[in-house]
Amino acid sequence: MLDFLPQIPLGDWFEVFIDILDQYLGWFFEGASAVIRSTVSGFESFLIFIPALIMILAFTGLAYWLGKRNLAIFTFVGLFVIQFVDLWESAMSTLALVLVSSLIALLVGIPIGILASRSERADSIVRPVLDFMQTMPAFVYLIPAIILFERGNVAGTIATVIFAMPPVVRLTNLGIRQVPSDVMEAAKSLGSTARQLLYKIQLPMALPTILAGINQTIMLALSMVVIASMIGAGGLGSDVRAALSRVNIGFGFEAGIAVVMLAMIIDRITQAIGKRTQQY
Amino acid sequence: MNDQNNDQVNETVLAVKDVYKIFGPSPNKAKKLLGEGKTKQDILKDTGNTVAVNGVSFEVKRGETFVVMGLSGSGKSTLIRCLNRLHDPTFGEVKVEGKDVVKLSDEDLRTVRREKMGMVFQHFGLFPHRTIRRNVDYGLEIQGVPEDERIERAYQSLELVGLKGYEEMKPGELSGGMQQRVGLARALVLDPDILLMDEAFSALDPLIKKNMQDELISLQEKVHKTIIFITHDLDEALKLGDRIAVMYEGEIVQIGTPEEILTNPANDYVRDFVENVDRSKVLTAESIMRKPVAVVASTAGPKAAVRRMEKEGISSIFVVDGTHKLKGIVDIEDAQKLSDEGVKDLDSVITQDYQTTPPDTIVVDLLPKASRAKNPIAVVDESNKLLGIIVRVSVITGISREIAKEGDARA
Repeated sequence: MLDFLPQIPLGDWFEVFIDILDQYLGWFFEGASAVIRSTVSGFESFLIFIPALIMILAFTGLAYWLGKRNLAIFTFVGLFVIQFVDLWESAMSTLALVLVSSLIALLVGIPIGILASRSERADSIVRPVLDFMQTMPAFVYLIPAIILFERGNVAGTIATVIFAMPPVVRLTNLGIRQVPSDVMEAAKSLGSTARQLLYKIQLPMALPTILAGINQTIMLALSMVVIASMIGAGGLGSDVRAALSRVNIGFGFEAGIAVVMLAMIIDRITQAIGKRTQQY
Repeated sequence: MNDQNNDQVNETVLAVKDVYKIFGPSPNKAKKLLGEGKTKQDILKDTGNTVAVNGVSFEVKRGETFVVMGLSGSGKSTLIRCLNRLHDPTFGEVKVEGKDVVKLSDEDLRTVRREKMGMVFQHFGLFPHRTIRRNVDYGLEIQGVPEDERIERAYQSLELVGLKGYEEMKPGELSGGMQQRVGLARALVLDPDILLMDEAFSALDPLIKKNMQDELISLQEKVHKTIIFITHDLDEALKLGDRIAVMYEGEIVQIGTPEEILTNPANDYVRDFVENVDRSKVLTAESIMRKPVAVVASTAGPKAAVRRMEKEGISSIFVVDGTHKLKGIVDIEDAQKLSDEGVKDLDSVITQDYQTTPPDTIVVDLLPKASRAKNPIAVVDESNKLLGIIVRVSVITGISREIAKEGDARA
């Protein structure tokens, strides 16, 4: 109907943009690749190196220390299920990917959240970018990730970081903005510097909200790590994908259960840590 | 206070001159329009600027309690924030011991806030994640005072406001009155010359509020601070203020001693304010009674009555029927005895051993009744419905408040 209007080659432009990035900043992406690759494989070898039994007991102990007897039992049983279906190594690879990508997401996301809470202008820039990151279908990130980074765990990590970062940015921003104005005024009236306000008042008071954001980020990272197997990321995701391509119902179910167990355990444990910090 | 060194007493500590606070896109234009005699409403409509503080000037002497009184929206809270620059004044100067705070760099401003001016807030503004002690020593911590000294000074300050023993609790565990004491201790620990109190007692229950006012007066006798006290409550202003500034629509319409304000109001606005007080000077039973929360229904058994009394910490309790009509009073010992004997019904121990009064009785007239009665006085309407309860102590405080007010007015 609107044929008379020129078509906009938005996709072509983006391709050119990625090409340019690759051409001129290739050295940067290669360097980043090397760092991420070695970090992920370091985590991975470490987690796999530790005997499963010790790992299971350590997680169970952590859950128990957090004061949750039921959670400890669930953790123990859940991790044993993963071990019984012989997916322990895959699960540890996934855990390594989740840990590294969550860590990067938090290291980048929390400072951005702080920045957005302190400046309306920063907030108005960050907000639409986050909307973009969250609503763009997750698969779409995978394509430029392969071009800019090497296929495999590195591209998977980068795609995961982008996908998982928004919640922690948003909730850090929100948590700091929710500090009541009279508390801020009181701290200022006593002669606080901006830095003292941030570290002694705003961040501690925002901590429960920030922890909720961290929990969300980790959960999103886990879900994305599975999808990232499409571009060669290892772990449980690649098992799921293998089962899919072979239409192996049984194996697919086992891998799926392992993902669910891992997700629930990580979620409950991070939430329990969050609760412990908000006892005021 | 007034027998101190005269030079010191007469020294001006705080001088506020032509301070304006205008929120909006074009404050210069707004100020010019103010000069041309335009009203705040017109300026808001024409230029989108809100004039919160409109050319305020006053001076405060060392050791003086200066009350700024006005209704909400009169700009008094904005004004007090201009003094320590929680709001930057748009125009004008605020001189603390001769130095204009408005022109200070951030660093010098922090020094003034740390050394010269403490502030207490209406809703306390305590740090919920820190213990009481660490709330109080926050101001010292950010100056890098060693921990031993911090703890010592925080403890001293808390003792000064009567909070010894609460140091390691969290603010959330304290009542409103106690939280505000923490707010006061937190400001006092830095030993500021000037104490800014923004509606400091307005969020408290009337009785607690009165206690805090009394304590502030006795505290002031010990610490001799210069206090700027913001309130919307004329009673409070008359009780605390050496001088009172009445604020209306961002301007100060009158400054004077309580007596001057009462006897010689500068305009209709102040007169209205003052007339309100004259009416309320006649305290009635209704105004000092407590809500009858501690009552039991006549259908409740002795056990319930005992439990209720124990919970409220009282030794006798009024009994009402389903329509809240007063049936009598029971004593905790009698109820306990019935409960021990396993009797299910309260009727046998209900007595009429109490005084009643209609709600419009003047408090002074209650005094004879109150001094005779061992039980609280019941305030009832014509149909014998229980409206409230007056315990003896509130009759006496009600009257002493009356006397204090008259004293202030004559001072």
